Amino acid sequence: MTPFNVPPIHLSGIAPEITLMIAAFAVLFIGVFTNDRFNHVVQPLVATIGFGIAIYWAVVSWGIARTAELQLSNMVALDRFAIFAKVVLAAFGVLTVWTARDHLSTHHLRDFEFYALVLFCVSGMMLMAASADLIVMFIALETFSIALYVMVGYRRDELAGQESAMKYFLLGAFSSAFFLLGIALVYGATGSTNLYGTPGHPGILSFLTGSSALDVGLLLLGMAFLIVGLGFKIAAVPFHMWTPDAYQGAPSPVTGFMASATKLAAFAAILRLFDVAMYSLRWDWRPYLIGLAIASMVIGSVVALVQEDVKRILAYSSIAHAGFVLTGVIAANDAGVSSSLFYLATYGLTILGAFAVVAAIGGRGERRVRLADYRGLYHESPLLAGAMTLFLLSLAGVPITAGFVGKLVVFIAAIQAGYWWLVVVALAMSAVAAFFYIRIIVVMYMSERLEPLPEGGGPAPVVLGAAGRAVVGVTALATIFFGLIWGPLIGLAGHATLFAG
Amino acid sequence: MTHQGFPWLDLMIFAPAAGALVIAFIPGRSRNLIRSVALASAVATFALSMVVLAGFHTGEAGFQEGSVMRWVPQWNVHYATGIDGISLWMVIATTFMMPVSIMTAWNMQDRLKGYVALLLLTQTGILGVFCSLDMFLFYLFWETTLVPLYFLIGMWGGRRRLYATVKFFLYTLAGSLIMLGAIFYLYFAHQPPTFSYTALLGTPLGMGAQLLLFLGFFASFAIKTPLIPLHTWLPDAHEAAPRWGSVDVALTLFKLGPYGFIRFAIPFFPDAARTMAPVIVGMALAGIIYAAAVAIVQRDLKRLVAYSTVAHLGFIGLGIFVGTVTALNGSVLQWANQAISTGALFVLIAFLQQRLDTRMIPDMSGLAARMPLLSGLFLVFALSSLGLPGLNNFIGEFLILVGSFASGYRWWAVIGTFGTVLAAVYLLWAYQRAFHGPVGGVAEREVRDLRPREVAMLAPALAAMVLIGFYPQAFITRIQPSAAKVVKQMHSSVLPSSRSTAGLP
Repeated sequence: MTPFNVPPIHLSGIAPEITLMIAAFAVLFIGVFTNDRFNHVVQPLVATIGFGIAIYWAVVSWGIARTAELQLSNMVALDRFAIFAKVVLAAFGVLTVWTARDHLSTHHLRDFEFYALVLFCVSGMMLMAASADLIVMFIALETFSIALYVMVGYRRDELAGQESAMKYFLLGAFSSAFFLLGIALVYGATGSTNLYGTPGHPGILSFLTGSSALDVGLLLLGMAFLIVGLGFKIAAVPFHMWTPDAYQGAPSPVTGFMASATKLAAFAAILRLFDVAMYSLRWDWRPYLIGLAIASMVIGSVVALVQEDVKRILAYSSIAHAGFVLTGVIAANDAGVSSSLFYLATYGLTILGAFAVVAAIGGRGERRVRLADYRGLYHESPLLAGAMTLFLLSLAGVPITAGFVGKLVVFIAAIQAGYWWLVVVALAMSAVAAFFYIRIIVVMYMSERLEPLPEGGGPAPVVLGAAGRAVVGVTALATIFFGLIWGPLIGLAGHATLFAG
Repeated sequence: MTHQGFPWLDLMIFAPAAGALVIAFIPGRSRNLIRSVALASAVATFALSMVVLAGFHTGEAGFQEGSVMRWVPQWNVHYATGIDGISLWMVIATTFMMPVSIMTAWNMQDRLKGYVALLLLTQTGILGVFCSLDMFLFYLFWETTLVPLYFLIGMWGGRRRLYATVKFFLYTLAGSLIMLGAIFYLYFAHQPPTFSYTALLGTPLGMGAQLLLFLGFFASFAIKTPLIPLHTWLPDAHEAAPRWGSVDVALTLFKLGPYGFIRFAIPFFPDAARTMAPVIVGMALAGIIYAAAVAIVQRDLKRLVAYSTVAHLGFIGLGIFVGTVTALNGSVLQWANQAISTGALFVLIAFLQQRLDTRMIPDMSGLAARMPLLSGLFLVFALSSLGLPGLNNFIGEFLILVGSFASGYRWWAVIGTFGTVLAAVYLLWAYQRAFHGPVGGVAEREVRDLRPREVAMLAPALAAMVLIGFYPQAFITRIQPSAAKVVKQMHSSVLPSSRSTAGLP
């Protein structure tokens, strides 16, 4: 009888994920045994503390990760890339919790369940960024996706919310199936689902670098399916069909969370999968991603021009931004990885702030989301309009905002890799995209306010609680700060190009 | 941070922004305090620019008084500033006119706080463009200057302001993005990649690359000059600009294209610049003649003056690309001249509009009888603008035309001379229709002449015009060395082959 060898178990690699899981259960338990008013005050704090501890675990392992090790039988990577992504994801989580707090109480919704869902979701996203095995990646993907399906339909008394949750769920399940099929095909081609290989079994990376004459047909097919699955999550054209509807129907704090955190998690997986594990196949996958990038930038920017709903405009803009980040992925060099991370981190902060503003203006039932509803917002709430302007300018890529620096570093990375023509397309699309951001600004500042209807209808006044104000303030400051003093963050992102394996 | 002596120049660049920051914390009701702070910071900026002028070494061609600071070392981005003969008078014209711009809005009631704060931010942006010696920093200022002006026109502007702002923003942004692409290319053309202006000078580039990059910069600079046929945003922006006139003054300072050509497009890509020079000289001449012709038929005084600036900028473009030191001297000086003369004209038009509620020439007749001071001043500034000897514009246009005549563009200069005749036609004819003739139209109403405060506002501009007109030497000696350097750069070559042979004895 062969002795059963217990593999060494180090949990430092997934300490942040475990912390968030514990925090989520704590939130659920506390919520069940206490009343709603208590929950409303305490639960966001519990969630925030959970995120804080997770950030702490991630930060203390930054030093350990200098040697970029693999843990849990090489299933998860403890490297600076993962740590960077985890810290940013936790920050997104905190901002989402506090944005959602006002929104949930305005809609008289039970809130502790929502915070638990955010915690579960971020936990899955963190695992996604750290996963060194396709199966773990899939588990992580499903963990955060299922939580997201619920969050999208959280306002369950509304038809629009139900519709978008249903759409997101059906298409999401479909894309998960594609992803799973991709894993199967990759396994068939390489004999492993692990990127780096487990003891005694070569992984995908060593398979690709080791064998000289390999039949890549099956592998390429598997890779294509993986791109379908992940392309769905980053909302890249042609896998974007769900995006406008889901973004429009979901509660605005959730939309902001989807645009920031989901994108970051899925891009983290893409970066690890393509820029590291399948780096030697880059001449094979680049055409796919280039097609995706160009289609996303063009369709996202052009279709946004004719939208009349602010949430839909931002949804199409997020599609275009996925295209911009993809140019950094396509570069497949260190600068490409660090600039993509920088882009995703700053874009996430900006879009979270923008959706916090959208949530505040939307009011109860989010009825005030059309472009016409933003008329004269400046006269009504100058600070909110100012913050929104800052976010929009950042999204448009105007200097002294983080959005400009993000574009700058991503484009420079792409030029370094020789893709100057892709950058030309991206610059042209930035010019097109500027138009619809400017359109929102024009409406906010330069149009007269809609007169309230005689029967007392018309736009409801904007209410923004202290938490919402703090979120908008923090994200606005971050947008300016990372636009001016971007050296430290890009430096950290530069360290984050240290991958395990 | 390294700099020679105290960083007066950097202090000057950010003084208006500091003023705007202070204003942001003053409640909007305290209008007196707001406009005092705004004026104080604009005047302080002018005083600082005088300190910069005092510390300026005449006879040096290189950059002076700047500082260098590491910003993002990984990407070779620096905060680097400096001033030379090219930028000196452009900077001073800007600091000189901004107090006037602030004062024209003195009696404004409507959201004064945001208005003056945005004006001050515009000023920091323009000064930053003139003093940046790092392409990243330059692009930052270049692009952000757009935003406050956009809000100024869009929020306080008059008729058709939405159309004008969107057009203005998209025109200039599109140009800037094309230039950004060219900056990226330049960044990598140097080894190691850098944004530093001085390091990038003389980077060897093949003819094809030079032409492409030149066109990239050209797209942005031609729009901001503006050169015909990319000028259409300017009259619209002026027409829609707020009635207080301060934005019109700022727009005359916003014509950053000529500076861009002299500072970047020509020294970086001299071979392409020489190749393209005939085309640009042609565009400039077309601008001189066409804009003057269009100005003649304008009914709106502001549009008329706006077209006259397009004509002036045509002269400046001509002087830059004919490639002689004299003409370039004239172009640099002429830029400052147009800022002063046209800026003052716009202020007077604003005064007119505040009194009459109209700018349309057909509505006016015989205003001189009602407002002798205003019409007298208008005539003086108009005469300056059309190039009367003894006043500033004559010097600039004379130098440009003499310099062009001495170059290979002799007959083009002859055509350009007709532009000065047309300028006399449109300005004097407009003056005659509006201010002379029988008292009629809006002049039949009770209208006040200029107040002493309003005259005092324009007195410095008047003095400067006469000073430049009679003693241009003081100005030109400071421009000369840097202009000579740029002309030398224009006639050099950065083609890879010629560069390798140039080093041989």
